[in-house]
Amino acid sequence: MAEQQAKWLSCAEGGAGSEPGSLVRFARLEQLLDWGRANSLWPLTLGLACCAIEMMAAGAARFDLARFGAEVFRPSPRQADVMIVAGTVNWKMAGPIKTLYDQMLEPKWVIAFGNCAISGGPFVFPGQYAVVEGVDKLFPVDVHVPGCPPRPEALIEGILELEQKITGTRRWPRVKTA
Amino acid sequence: MSPGHPTDSSVSAAAPRETFVLNVGPQHPATHGVLRLKLTMDGEYVLHAEPVIGYAHRMHEKMGENRTYVQFLPNPSRIDYLSAMHYMHAYVCVVERALGIEVPPRAEYIRVITSELNRIASHLVWFGAFLLDLGAFTPLLYAFDDREKILDLLEAVTGSRLTYCYYRFGGLCNDVDEQFIEGTRAFVKHMRGRLGMYHKLVTENLILRKRLEGIGVISAELCRKYGATGPVLRGSGVPCDVRKLEPYSVYPEFEFDVPHFAEGDCMARYKVRMEEIAQSLRIIEQAIAKLPPGPVMAEKVPRVIKPPPGDYYFAVEAARGRFAIRLVSDGTEVPYRLKLRTPSFSNLALFGEAARGLLMQDALALLGSLDLVIPDVDR
Repeated sequence: MAEQQAKWLSCAEGGAGSEPGSLVRFARLEQLLDWGRANSLWPLTLGLACCAIEMMAAGAARFDLARFGAEVFRPSPRQADVMIVAGTVNWKMAGPIKTLYDQMLEPKWVIAFGNCAISGGPFVFPGQYAVVEGVDKLFPVDVHVPGCPPRPEALIEGILELEQKITGTRRWPRVKTA
Repeated sequence: MSPGHPTDSSVSAAAPRETFVLNVGPQHPATHGVLRLKLTMDGEYVLHAEPVIGYAHRMHEKMGENRTYVQFLPNPSRIDYLSAMHYMHAYVCVVERALGIEVPPRAEYIRVITSELNRIASHLVWFGAFLLDLGAFTPLLYAFDDREKILDLLEAVTGSRLTYCYYRFGGLCNDVDEQFIEGTRAFVKHMRGRLGMYHKLVTENLILRKRLEGIGVISAELCRKYGATGPVLRGSGVPCDVRKLEPYSVYPEFEFDVPHFAEGDCMARYKVRMEEIAQSLRIIEQAIAKLPPGPVMAEKVPRVIKPPPGDYYFAVEAARGRFAIRLVSDGTEVPYRLKLRTPSFSNLALFGEAARGLLMQDALALLGSLDLVIPDVDR
């Protein structure tokens, strides 16, 4: 029994003792699933404000989010993998948006797209009464994409960043800044 | 149940009359953002529609009261982000009027060129999104392709793609270059050809005509009742355009028509906007031909903006209708009151009455034809 356990453990770690048909396949299936998920992230159609237009532009002909498998915008949270919070969230909207997040099925991810979703952006001042200062106050955020509004390229970079978070490897070389 | 309701004849007397409330939004692809509609339905027919607003309230008016005039400059372009230039135009002009600043002619011409380019970009987004509502996906891709050409031009001079902060009190932050002029000329030529293609591809499409003609009729009286302006009012046969009626900037120097159609249905509003793109191209062409040389910034602009106490008002024709700012100054560096009159709010207000008795999908076509921007409704 102990011998069998040691064998399983070494298999799970991908050690020399791994053999086809053993439990090690589960670890690889997980990787396979992650790979599949990362290549077809379905975002939730959640346009809140200005950033939504840039999100639409990213999905349209020039930037073509379909190249990265993330163009299938789903209006139903039940069918979506990633919530792109594109725009200002105020306290009236906080309830519905939290409900939407809760309705999404696991595994799920969140991209805070634009300064408003990250921190409240330009609408934060002492005594402000309406804006949620960052959607991470409502639910966990995986990737932050700054900008007011961010360019569509920034959304693509955010999607690639999320893919890296899911699979552990980057699919596309990082653009070097001069 | 009101007498004469369309379902009256189709429902047999024995069948029980049941109505139900259908909630649309705040997250719904047809509401273009975060508008919520409470629809009381009788089967497929809308008995009563009540828009619920406030899901994108961003305190713009309050922010106007707690920061200086210069600090408020980035805000107007975020009220209605699709016609940012027009909103900036209204804001800088109301402050210029308060301070009595004369803007150099070159700056006004460039303001007109960039504003009209922005109007075309806005109408292209509406064109794509409206047809997406009606079930056509391809026009969106074409419209966004053309829009990117405008954004490239504007980005080169303003530095941003969407929320421009290009106008300053007394002029512009920088001059346009030869590349912009050439690019705009090429765009006007390109867009004329594309408009022809849109008319062939979309306007003459039988399915589109069946979905829009005679649907969602809004009378001029209804527009007057709720204060609707812009393409909604012009689609009801009233040739009302701030650029003609209360001319501002250098608009009186250009020849252009105010397209208006008397039918008042969704098709009329569609035709108004498509015709407006052509008219904007006309204005841009004339403005480029007449563009005078000279400075783009007035000489005597005070470093600290302190308008004399008083009540100032300025209206512009934005892509969605009349946008006006009322500025009350008490002589300090901070406005006492900054009232924003946004067109989407009034245009949405008539929806409840206009949608009564329509089929559900026709009500959504009507909603799309109003061309709402929700942060513009909520401010």
